[in-house]
Amino acid sequence: MSQSNRIDGGQIDRSRTLKFQFNERWLTAHPGDTLASALLANAVRLVGRSFKYHRPRGIFSAGSEEPSALVQLRKGAALEPNTRATTIEMFEGLSATSQNHRGSLEHDILAVNDLLSPFLSAGFYYKTFMWPKAFWEKLYEPIIRSAAGLGKLSGMEDPDTYDHGYLHCDVVIIGAGPAGLAAALAAGRAGLRVILADEDFRMGGRLNAETYAVDGMDGADWALGVIAELAIMNNVRLMKRTTIYGAYDHGIFGALERMTDHLPDSGDKPRQVLWRIYSKRAILAAGATERSMAFGNNDRPGIMLAGSVRTYVNRFGVAPGRKIAVFTNNDDGLKTAEDLRAKGIDVTRIIDAREGDVVVNTNGRKGLNTIFLNRGRHVEADCLAVSGGWSPNVHLSSHHRGRPEWRDDIAAFVPGGELPPGMVVAGAAAGTMTLAATLAEGHEVATRVATDLGKSGSLATAPRASDEIFATAPIWHVKESKHRAWVDLQNDVTTKDITQSYREGFRSVEHLKRYTTLGMATEQGKTSNMLGLAVMADASGKTIPETGTTIFRPPYSPVAIGAFAGRARGKNFRPTRRTPSHNWANENGASFVEAGMWKRAEWYARPGEKSWRDSVDREVKATRNGVGICDVTTLGKIDIQGHDAAEFINKIYANAFLKLPTGKVRYGLMLREDGTVYDDGTTARLSETHFVMTTTTANAVLVLRNLEFARQCLWPDLDVHLISTTDAWAQFSVAGPKSRALMQKVVDDLDLSNEAFPFMACTTCTVFGGTPARLFRISFSGELAYEIAVPARYGDAMIRAMMAAGEELDLTPYGTEALGVMRIEKGHVAGNELNGQTDARMIGLGNMVSRKKDFIGAALLDRPEQVREDGLQLVGLRPIDQDVILTAGAHFFVEGDPEDMAHDQGWMTSVAYSPELGHSIGLGFLKRGRDRHGERLRAFSPIRGQDVMVEVCSPHHIDPEGDRQRG
Amino acid sequence: MIIKHPLLGPRDAAEFVYLGDANMIKRPEGFGENVEEAMYEHVYLRENPAGEHHELWYHEQGDRSWLVVTRNTLTHEISSVELARDVARRKGRSK
Repeated sequence: MSQSNRIDGGQIDRSRTLKFQFNERWLTAHPGDTLASALLANAVRLVGRSFKYHRPRGIFSAGSEEPSALVQLRKGAALEPNTRATTIEMFEGLSATSQNHRGSLEHDILAVNDLLSPFLSAGFYYKTFMWPKAFWEKLYEPIIRSAAGLGKLSGMEDPDTYDHGYLHCDVVIIGAGPAGLAAALAAGRAGLRVILADEDFRMGGRLNAETYAVDGMDGADWALGVIAELAIMNNVRLMKRTTIYGAYDHGIFGALERMTDHLPDSGDKPRQVLWRIYSKRAILAAGATERSMAFGNNDRPGIMLAGSVRTYVNRFGVAPGRKIAVFTNNDDGLKTAEDLRAKGIDVTRIIDAREGDVVVNTNGRKGLNTIFLNRGRHVEADCLAVSGGWSPNVHLSSHHRGRPEWRDDIAAFVPGGELPPGMVVAGAAAGTMTLAATLAEGHEVATRVATDLGKSGSLATAPRASDEIFATAPIWHVKESKHRAWVDLQNDVTTKDITQSYREGFRSVEHLKRYTTLGMATEQGKTSNMLGLAVMADASGKTIPETGTTIFRPPYSPVAIGAFAGRARGKNFRPTRRTPSHNWANENGASFVEAGMWKRAEWYARPGEKSWRDSVDREVKATRNGVGICDVTTLGKIDIQGHDAAEFINKIYANAFLKLPTGKVRYGLMLREDGTVYDDGTTARLSETHFVMTTTTANAVLVLRNLEFARQCLWPDLDVHLISTTDAWAQFSVAGPKSRALMQKVVDDLDLSNEAFPFMACTTCTVFGGTPARLFRISFSGELAYEIAVPARYGDAMIRAMMAAGEELDLTPYGTEALGVMRIEKGHVAGNELNGQTDARMIGLGNMVSRKKDFIGAALLDRPEQVREDGLQLVGLRPIDQDVILTAGAHFFVEGDPEDMAHDQGWMTSVAYSPELGHSIGLGFLKRGRDRHGERLRAFSPIRGQDVMVEVCSPHHIDPEGDRQRG
Repeated sequence: MIIKHPLLGPRDAAEFVYLGDANMIKRPEGFGENVEEAMYEHVYLRENPAGEHHELWYHEQGDRSWLVVTRNTLTHEISSVELARDVARRKGRSK
C-alpha cells in the first residue's frame, strides 16, 4: 500500500479504500478525501504546469481558490478540463490527468518558455505580434492558439444532463462554517425558512480544518451536532456541494449544486442543478481566503498556504511534507507549527516576517527542497507553509454596487458600500477573524434577521469558544529577493510584471489586471488580487485603499455552460411546433423546413422525382392547372372583438378598414410608427363586432404584442379585446381552377358561385356534415382560391377528408417552396421584400395608404428618403438567356457602368423557377423601377460569381390583371 | 428581478418583455398639419436616465398586461408598478 504521507486522524473513512488514477498510474485513497489530499497522501507533488512559463506546479491550497492544481477529470466525452484537484471529491475509479504540457508532465518541452521569460513579460503579445500585419492570420494566431489555454476539451458532446430548479426561503445562508452554522441554528430555531448552502461536501468550514473547541467539544464534532439538529428541522434545507455563485436583483441568488460529480457514474440523474433561490434576506458567511507573500521562486510544488497545510493535516490526515517550514506575517501562521508538531511532523523553522526574517529564494526543480533566508541562512524543507494573512470573501457583497472597504487592523478589504439589498455579512467574510467572535456574530445577525421578519427572539444562545490571538502585519513582498516572485500562480504574473506595467502607464487596477492577466481564469484573483494590489501600491507609493480594489462579478467560481443551458439543448433548445396536418404530411413524403419554430412541409417528394425541383415544379403545375392544398395554419391569427373593433383596426392598418362590410376580407398593410412596412395579412369581418386578423408566420407574436400596446397604452378606452387563435384553428389553402369544385363538395349547403361567394368573401359555415368552419375566398397564389379553417383538433381529420374528397380532381398537396414560387410568379411581397427597410411606395402600395386618417405610421410617410425621385421600386426580372438561373442578392448595373455603390441600381430580392413560363424569374428593387419595364440591365453577383443580363418587367409575372383569382 | 404585478402579485422578470421609456404612451397625433416634428421626437428620442426611470414591460408569458414599472436603473430597485392602461388614462388618453 502506498499513501506514504498518510498520518493519523482526520475526517476520512479509513474502513474503505478507493482506487483512482493520476496520469494512468493507479493509487489509493479513502472516502472523504479530495483528489488533492489523495495525491498528497501518495506523495505526488508535481501535478501540472503553469500557464505561460510551463513551470512545475503543485497543490497550493485546499479549496476552491486553488490556482495551481488544475487537472483534466474523467475520460472520453465526460472529460472536464481545468478542474481544481482541491475540490474534487474522491470516488472509486476516479481518473485525472495533468494538463498544459507537451510531452510528459515531468519533461515538458514548452518548459523552454521559462528560459525565455525575459521576453515574455507583461504585454508581450501586444508588443511582439504587431507586425508584419500579414503574419497575424497565418502564423501568429495559430501559434498562440495552440500554446494558449490550459486543459483541452474532449471535442465530444457532453454526455451528462443538467437541470434547473427554483427555491424560495426567508433567509439564504451562504457558507456553513462557524458563522454560517451559528446563523442557521438561530434562524432555524426561530422558525425561519432557511437555506444553508456550502460549496464543500462536508459542512463545517474551517472547523473541520482547525483544532478549536466549541461549546467544550472538538469544533468538527460540534459542527456535526449542529448539522444533525438542522437536518431534522422541516424549515431548513441543507445544501452541501452547492456554490452560491451570484447575487442578483431582488433577493435572487444563483446556486450550482453538484449532484453526481462525487459518484463514479451519474446514473441518468442530472449531473448538476442550477438553482435560482428567491430569498427575503441573505447572510453572507463565506469565510476568508488565505493569501501568500511574494518572494523569490515562491511557486514551487511544496509551497502552500499555511491554513491549507492545517487542513490537510487535521481534516484529511495527510502530511503535505515531512520537513515543513512556516513563513508568516501573522499569528495564524504560528498555529500551523503547533498543529504540525501535535501530529509529530518535523517543523524545520518558523520564519516570522514581523521579526525581520524573510524567505528570499527557494530551490528544488520539481518540488521544494531548500529555502534561503535573508542574511545568508538556509533551511532544508520539502514543504513551506506560507501565511500572508486572510482576505474576507467579499465577492457576493460586491455583485451589485458594493465597493469593499479597507481595514488596517486586519490588512484586508471587508464588504462595503451598497450591499445587495437584504444581505448582511457575518464572520470572517465581514472581517471578524477569530472564532468566538465569528460564532457570536453569526448568531446575532441571524437573530436580527428573524426579528426583522417578525419571528420573536430565538431560544438559542450563541455557541461559545475561546478567542485565539490574531495579529497581522502588512508584509506582502520580500524586496530583498532578486529572483522572480509570483503574484498570480495560475497566469504566471510576477511582481516584475506588475511594476513594469505600472511604469508603462497602467495606473488603474482594472487596466493592470487586463494588461498582465492578473486574476484571470478559474482563480479570479482569489489568492492573487490582494498581492497584486499591494505590489502596485508599492510601485506607486500610495496606500492599498488609494490604489483601489477590483469589484467581483459572478460567478464566484466557474459554472459549466451546460449547467446554464440545463435541459434547453438539442431538440429541447426551443419548442417544436407541428401543424395539424403534420402526421399526414409525414406519411405522404413531406420534408420539413423550420419557420418560426413551426415544422412546415416544404415539398412532397413522389417516387421517381430526382430532385426537390421536380417535386416543386409538379406541385405548382398541378395547382395552377387543377387544384392544390397547403397547410397555412402557421400564419398568425388574432381574434379581435368589441364594439370598437373596426375603429381599432382602422388605427392599426395603413389602409382604410372602417367600412369593411361583414362577410368581407381585406388585405391590410401594417406600418411601424416611422413609416416602414412592418407586416401584412388579411383581415376578415365575421360580424359587426368580430374580426379575424392574419399576420405573417414570423411576426405572429410581435404583432399581437404591438396590438396589445396600442389597445392598452394608446387607446385605452376603445371597447376591443384581443386573443391569439393561431393554434386554435387548422387552416388550409385550396388553390387552382378546380378549387371551387372541390370546396363545393366540402362545405355543407353553401352556394360558392362567383355571385354568391365572390373574391374576398368570408363566412362561417360547416364542412363534411356539421363540423364548424370558417371559409375565406383569398388567394396568395393568384389562382381561384379559398382558405378553410376548422378547430385545430379536427385538422388531421380535415386533411384526410379533403384528400379523399379531392381524389377525383387529382388534388395535390403543395409545400412552402411551391407556395414561394407561386407568390413570386404573382408578384406578392414576402419576408425577402419586407426586410424592415421597405416603405409602401417601394412595393407599389403607396396609393393604398390612407391620407384621411391617423394610424400607426401616418405621420412619417413623407420623409425625404421616402419621396426621392430615384427611389427604389418593386419590379420583376427575367433573364435574357432563358437557361440562366437568377441569383437573389445580385445587384443591378447599367451595362458599361463600373460595379460600385455610386452606380448601383438596386438588387434582386427573390428568385424562383417558373414552371408556367419555363424560365427563371425574379423580384427586385430598382431605382425608378416602375418606369423602366423593358430595360436591360446587368445582374451582378460577385459572391456567387454571376454576371448576367436581365430584362425589367412587371412584378406580376403571370395574370397581371388578376382574372384568375376573381374568376 | 421580481416585478410586483398589480393584478398577479410578484412575478419573475423572465415572464416579461421589456420595451423601454414609458413616454411611448404619449403618442402625438399622427394626422394633420405639421405632425412630423412631434412624431419624430416620439419615435427617435427616449429618456435614458441613470436613476429612476418609468418603463414599459409586457407580461407576455402571463396575462398580456402592459405595465409601467418605475425602476432605478442604477440599483434596479422598483418603486412602483402600475397597469399601463391606468397610466395612459391618467395622461388623458382615451379613444
